[in-house]
Amino acid sequence: MTPTLQLCLIVSAALFSIGLLAALSRRHAIFILIGIEMMLAAANLNFIAFWRFAPQPHPPTGVMVAIFSIAIAAAEAAVGLALVIAVYRHYRTTNVDKLDQLKG
Amino acid sequence: MSTAAFVVIAIITLAGALAAASLSKLIHAALCLVIAFVGIAAFFFLLGAEFVGLVQVFVYVGAVAVLIVFTILLTRPSDEKVGGFNWSGVVIAIAIFAGLIWAILGTPTLSIAAPHIEPLTVKRIGEALMTDYVWPLQCVGLLLTAALIGGLILVMEEKP
Repeated sequence: MTPTLQLCLIVSAALFSIGLLAALSRRHAIFILIGIEMMLAAANLNFIAFWRFAPQPHPPTGVMVAIFSIAIAAAEAAVGLALVIAVYRHYRTTNVDKLDQLKG
Repeated sequence: MSTAAFVVIAIITLAGALAAASLSKLIHAALCLVIAFVGIAAFFFLLGAEFVGLVQVFVYVGAVAVLIVFTILLTRPSDEKVGGFNWSGVVIAIAIFAGLIWAILGTPTLSIAAPHIEPLTVKRIGEALMTDYVWPLQCVGLLLTAALIGGLILVMEEKP
């Protein structure tokens, strides 16, 4: 017996939900970024799973989308963490509940 | 693709992700995130996308995790346990998970076994990147350059 597509999608859904939990319930900016990274990784897992279980032969579209998605996630992480550092310099905190004013 | 390996990797990945989401110390959470990312790369290897698995290890474990650790060290807050835990987020996440599981289990066409595929070589990926996906590739290059320059400008010291 081999794993079915359903099993892959269930693991991916669990990973997405854990990422959502981290992004919604933690108050630290870096935890929110970690949650977003986890959600993006779950989406990549879905892309690869659908590519693997699609009728063969076909072009490797799922793999390509996953590679581009990883590149964009890296750019997002770089900008997000730079924003965290910039906000910390200004407010001396990384708690997103305390960042409630637009004017510095 | 064996079920035992799949289940073991799934348990390791989800345990790492859950620890990363729930541990109170940031640096421990970042290291657990590395475990989760390695588990996802193992999934990619198991599913026959070796190149994407390697890219996952290089980019996430090699770059993003180190970036997160450096940010934690640069923004070490005086109050280590920042803020509380918002329980409404847990409720929303469980509701979303239940909805996704309901949709996945309710779709009968998803319970298929993996067909046999010829291995996806790096040569094929490279050819596809240079022919069909050459414009997306250029756009991603531009995006990465812009994002990294933007990140540098954001963290530059302001001259008075």
